[in-house]
Amino acid sequence: MNRPLHLQKVLYRHPGLARLAVVVALFLLWEISARWWIDPSFLSPPSRVVASFGELFETPGIPKALQITFWELAVAFAISVAAGLPIGLAVGLSRFSNRSLMPIILLLYGTPQVTILPLFILYFGIGPPSKIAFGVSHGIFPIIVTIVAGVQNIKPILMTAAHSMGASRWQIFRWVIFPHMIPTFFAGMRLGMTGVLLGVLLAELYVSSAGIGYFTQLFTQAFDPTKLLGLVSVLAAMAIVMNEIVRRAEVHFGRWRTD
Amino acid sequence: MSAKQDRRDKIASRAVQVGFLVALMGFWYFATAYWGVNRLLLPNPLNVWQELKDVLGSGEYLPDLKVTLTEVAVAFAISCSTGVTLGYLISRSQFLIKVFEPLLAGFYSVPIILFLPLYVLFFGLGEGSKIALGTTISFFPIVLNTIAGFGYVDRIFITAARSMGASDVQMFRYVLLPAAFPVILTGLRIGFTVTLLSILGSETLASLAGLGHKIVHLAEAMETARMFAYIAFVVVIAAFLNSVVSSVERRANRR
Repeated sequence: MNRPLHLQKVLYRHPGLARLAVVVALFLLWEISARWWIDPSFLSPPSRVVASFGELFETPGIPKALQITFWELAVAFAISVAAGLPIGLAVGLSRFSNRSLMPIILLLYGTPQVTILPLFILYFGIGPPSKIAFGVSHGIFPIIVTIVAGVQNIKPILMTAAHSMGASRWQIFRWVIFPHMIPTFFAGMRLGMTGVLLGVLLAELYVSSAGIGYFTQLFTQAFDPTKLLGLVSVLAAMAIVMNEIVRRAEVHFGRWRTD
Repeated sequence: MSAKQDRRDKIASRAVQVGFLVALMGFWYFATAYWGVNRLLLPNPLNVWQELKDVLGSGEYLPDLKVTLTEVAVAFAISCSTGVTLGYLISRSQFLIKVFEPLLAGFYSVPIILFLPLYVLFFGLGEGSKIALGTTISFFPIVLNTIAGFGYVDRIFITAARSMGASDVQMFRYVLLPAAFPVILTGLRIGFTVTLLSILGSETLASLAGLGHKIVHLAEAMETARMFAYIAFVVVIAAFLNSVVSSVERRANRR
């Protein structure tokens, strides 16, 4: 009688422990249901998925495909940031360009880009360039929009104060706008990374000659859930790591701001 | 800044916007009509217009539109009911919030589009896999916003209502619900947008019917002009649906 009460108390004091218990329970449920209830050609237990990781990486083409996908993600993200930052600054810093161009940018941002995915394949082929281009088309808009919002959120009083103390345009940019930009910049990078991941993976799954999209299709058609789940978890892990790097950077560089 | 200058500014920026669109259309027209860009890659805008009129006039889009809208409606209905219910149940205890909120938020950061191959394996190429994907993607913003709405109601309101003897039902109806409603609505709006996007996306990737499927089909048949017409059609429908949802949200919040 005393024991369960005690356990309850411990769990109550450490929500992290309870969280871990929930995750373990879910995996156990998955393991049990996959082992005894569900047709093995549809779902395989996590233990078997993990055990087959070695086999998965020995499948000819898989390491190469993962490498290609990783490069597509990295290049698409680099292009999105390199193009989105100057565009965002140019649009955000001038009242006129902001007023005239922002509606166009928001309009483009709001259109469902998946509908033009076939066009990207038509123009850029089925290789990596189409994936990169589609990733950029998803990643660049959140970056632009965040940067514009960030530039405009600088308190006018700070600008006026700098002005009245005789700061030059460059000094204002260096000492007022730039420090305020850093947290926004990283927030934009995080949103951009989410977009790039979505765009590249969508394009990969749509059509692919040697990338991961080819293998997901292969495993689906071969009713090989073990390898499919393995591949999906490797990709998910890759996505989580990339997201987490950008998120950590955001927290790190945004911590000076208290408001 | 004077009102006059402000108005002149507004006109100038409108002029830039219109000029941009006119230049884009003009460039598109000249590129296809005179500069010899391959018609298979970029069709003439006049052809696209013809095709669009043909598509709309013949009603050929109706079966695909029906499939897509049904999938969106079913997926959104499932994720709304489960998301709001679970979110409410979790938000009833601070302990449950602490346990589940980071889990759900962490899961939300995985690109859920990766599940599509699994869902195709489980549910087949038909509507089932699209609905499953749309539901999974929209579930997370809805449940997280519901938790945020119900879970972080200012303590002072709850204490005040309790000390004035509010019953559980009264508490829910007059304190919790009004406080949480705007946040939940935002979650529902985001959920709807991502449902629509993911349904269109999954139809593009692997499907048997629907608007996304139609666009891919036309792309593979190299009927680019008709594909452009369908793309324009889908973009307009998506914009319309999203603006309807946004205006519902705004109106409900004004009350």
